[in-house]
Amino acid sequence: MIPEPFEYHVPKTLEEAAQLIAQFGEDGKLLAGGHSLLPLMKLRLASPKHLIDIARLDGLRYINEKDAYIEIGALTTHYRIESSSLLKEKCPLLPMTAREIGDVQVRNKGTLGGSLAHADPAADWPAAAVALDAELKAVSTTGERWVPASKFFMGLMATALNPGEIVTAIRFPALPARSGDAYLKHRHPASGFAVAGVAVRVTLDEKGAVESARVGITGVATAAYRASAVEEAIQGKSPTARNLLHAASHAADGVEATGDLYASAEYRSHLARVYTERALAAAVERATASR
Amino acid sequence: MATKILGERIKRKEDPELIQGRGHFVDDFKLDGMLHMAFARSPHGHAKIISINTEAARKAHGVAAVLTGEDIKGKLGFVPCAAGMEGLKVPDHPCLAMERVRYVGEPVAAVIATDRYLATDAANLIEVEYEMLPAVTDMEKAIEEGSPLVHESFGDNIAFTAKLEGGDWKSIEGDPSVKVLKQRLINQRLGPMAMETRGVIASYSPGEDTLTVWSSTQIPHILKTQLSLMTKIDEARCRVIAPEVGGAFGSKLNVYAEEGVACFASKMLGKPVKWIEGRRENLAVTIHGRDQINDLEIYYKPDGTVVGLKCRILADMGAYHQLLTPAIPTLTALMILGCYDIKNVAVETIGVFTNKMSTDAYRGAGRPEAAYIIERVIDMVAHELNMDPVDVRMRNFPPPGKDITLATGVSYDTANYQKTLKKVLKLSGYSKLRKEQQRLRKKGKYLGIGLSTYVEICAMGPSSRMPAGGWESGTVRVEVTGKVTVLSGASPHGQGEQTSFAQIVAEELGVPYDDITVYHGDTAQVPMGIGTFGSRTTAVGGTAIFYAAQRVKKKMARIAAHKLGVKPGELVFEDGKIHTRDGSKSIAFKAVAEEAYFARELPPGMEPGLSEMYVFEPPNYTYPFGAHVAVTEVDEKTGEVKLRNYFAVDDCGRILNPMLVDGQVHGGIAQGVGQALVESLIYDENGQLLTGSLMDYAIPRATLFPWFECANTETRTPVNPLGVKGVGEAGTIGSTPAIVNAVVDALSPLGVRHIDMPLKPEKIWNILKQAAPGGQA
Repeated sequence: MIPEPFEYHVPKTLEEAAQLIAQFGEDGKLLAGGHSLLPLMKLRLASPKHLIDIARLDGLRYINEKDAYIEIGALTTHYRIESSSLLKEKCPLLPMTAREIGDVQVRNKGTLGGSLAHADPAADWPAAAVALDAELKAVSTTGERWVPASKFFMGLMATALNPGEIVTAIRFPALPARSGDAYLKHRHPASGFAVAGVAVRVTLDEKGAVESARVGITGVATAAYRASAVEEAIQGKSPTARNLLHAASHAADGVEATGDLYASAEYRSHLARVYTERALAAAVERATASR
Repeated sequence: MATKILGERIKRKEDPELIQGRGHFVDDFKLDGMLHMAFARSPHGHAKIISINTEAARKAHGVAAVLTGEDIKGKLGFVPCAAGMEGLKVPDHPCLAMERVRYVGEPVAAVIATDRYLATDAANLIEVEYEMLPAVTDMEKAIEEGSPLVHESFGDNIAFTAKLEGGDWKSIEGDPSVKVLKQRLINQRLGPMAMETRGVIASYSPGEDTLTVWSSTQIPHILKTQLSLMTKIDEARCRVIAPEVGGAFGSKLNVYAEEGVACFASKMLGKPVKWIEGRRENLAVTIHGRDQINDLEIYYKPDGTVVGLKCRILADMGAYHQLLTPAIPTLTALMILGCYDIKNVAVETIGVFTNKMSTDAYRGAGRPEAAYIIERVIDMVAHELNMDPVDVRMRNFPPPGKDITLATGVSYDTANYQKTLKKVLKLSGYSKLRKEQQRLRKKGKYLGIGLSTYVEICAMGPSSRMPAGGWESGTVRVEVTGKVTVLSGASPHGQGEQTSFAQIVAEELGVPYDDITVYHGDTAQVPMGIGTFGSRTTAVGGTAIFYAAQRVKKKMARIAAHKLGVKPGELVFEDGKIHTRDGSKSIAFKAVAEEAYFARELPPGMEPGLSEMYVFEPPNYTYPFGAHVAVTEVDEKTGEVKLRNYFAVDDCGRILNPMLVDGQVHGGIAQGVGQALVESLIYDENGQLLTGSLMDYAIPRATLFPWFECANTETRTPVNPLGVKGVGEAGTIGSTPAIVNAVVDALSPLGVRHIDMPLKPEKIWNILKQAAPGGQA
């Protein structure tokens, strides 16, 4: 990797990191696992003058259960999420998503917070984050706030983060009773990113009908989105194959799908529908098994 | 009884150092005072260079020199092309562009600096003013009247036209039973993508006037000759070393501009100069493979006999010729009939210049294209006649035998295509698979079964038919201590011949395998050589070593016989001893080695020493063959293809080490599947490379594959005494058509006869969508 020259900083505390990023403003970039930023620097598409390496802030590496929520430190690696037995039980969508990311090397270095803050339109995490309406904790020298995922992803690699804010933790609602999760993805054969990635959580009522469905879709548009039309179409309905298929047909409604060399907008929308149907079916199956 | 070693699954001598990360590749060498080079490259497919401003780069920190085309003009020779054919147009190919750039990535200026980062930073400071010219990247447009010209002086974009005709076309003219099928096939452009990118260190010593070059190359000896010619440094003062080479697949069977510039810069500066290619450079400016358009006319009879094949091959040369660029598609023409006795053939091959990187040898080099054409032809005929593709194959195979000459004039050394096909049908449970397919079709599921029965041309080759010699040298030297040094002029780079060569020598001399060390890749150590390519290393290089070992053995037998007072013919070499057949008299191998050098009691008139070289000139190519079966599932809603099973039966002649053969076949299959399913280098109409990184250019990964079920038949070739044919490219040649045939077979109920590669899901979804009632999949 031959990037342009930069200065390298290793803050010892979060406060120090926040000060550095505030100080350098546009010239500074946070480095966590490096799996989003370094590829851009290698291509000299990003050339930050100051690289603030927060990877050693060990306090941001944790998975905790708090009430009905799971809170995960921003520097927690994909692999740690993938292999967490707590998450497999309490929030299976996260390990399911993690294991679809890149390859083992990527998962050992890349971090949840880094991926979300980078907001690549084809990254996997945003699907889970919008589906579950996760909250992201943003910290700066002037304070901290929690941003809901629905307000976090603003467009192509754009987020609601203000200059100087660092994502330090992400909070996901734990799996309720009678519920099942699923993440299914059509993987780009070169990059491994999602051409269409669908994260689903289905909760059934006591009679076995769909009490609620949450559907997040990544890869299809410039930012991950919540497929509300799908959710509304299946809510209160019996999860028959026919109903799922019908609900899934709304997966790309109102969405301006992107097209590229690999897949046209039309095909992406089609994949969104097919993968939504399949992810719904998988989540229903798990929810049914948990009843 | 001697330990049997040939034919055994011996672990590779190469592996311990490689898997422990202790091998030395070009980038691992660090020389005193070494400088680093980076290139400013053309961002345009076609443009006139108005001016180059190197001012800022020259002044940049750490920069030792900046070179442009003007600086090397008349001082550094052109990038060579070794292919020679009638009427071939060979454009001047300067190492740094002069006046014009003709493809994206063409080197325009070189910066030499104290480290790689500074060199890269300074290269970015070079300002080039271009006047854009219209580019042409589509071969069909390039051969049209009025197309932009890649080389104006040629008047058109046609590099050469070659015709190959055979048979008696009149015999089928007017035959009402003969049907004709026309089809176009596209063999898309690919990137060879070796794990190690290219790299070179040139080190010129002004005092001694010597040039030493470390290069990631397949052909150190040829490279030495060519660099000597380019730099005008006496060849006797040039040395090329190919250290560990991390894969090549034909892409390093070449002489590249960057190698020339590195030598020039080192000579100019009197310091070593290193250049290591980046991955994006590797995709853009290391040769590409394939890129042909094949227009076919297939003549066949109702019983499945194919009676004639016509093909027009448009072969994309790119903007310039690299070492073998124009020769590659001629191999397609030569092998276009595959293993079928098709009586009439007519192939016209047109080499076309375009504003793209040069094509050249990529694993298979012209033969995968041929195998793809003919294997698709057979399946299309089966489809048209509603016959099982097995039956069409059986009907068109020549009977088993030797020296089978086809209408192309090619003479196959041995053939038993029925045997490999029958074996793979059994291995795969073919008839069961067909039944399963029928069951699944009733459920609306698409299972495809694809065959390919390929033949390839290997062990390159007789010198009369090679551009620069087809022989190979082998040296066997028994040292004073009885240890054995083996030198090969071949230059393996992952294939494992340190192992198979040691096996050959251990078997011949009856010494322990561990006592043998094989060296290759250093022109100062190995007196002469050609290199590793065209599945030739064991068949040609191994044979040279086999004969050299026999020469040493003969001499040792004479010394031993003299010592023991017996006749040389009575002696047997085994277990580190040389003894009479009855075992009554024996002498240690080591003792004879020592005597050869101490020379106290040698037979009268014998020269001391135990070093013998043999240069083997093969009388013919070899023609390995095989039969593969691929089983694919096509997702009926998304068009995604899953490779469910893969069965391969390969006949590469005698097998010296089954593990090495498996390794070559496995890797080859994977690479061939890559072309069928995911790989495609795409340029836009302006000559921009749209798939310029591994984020866009897909290569096959482990997750794409099931377990490969491999088996062999062993039909020994009479072309060399070892009976080996070559296996380096077999998998790649066999697997591409097997996959495409399988996917087309899966979709054949929809009336699908052909789909062009790569078989991207969207392409297949479009087919499914059109076929589905109401047009919705």
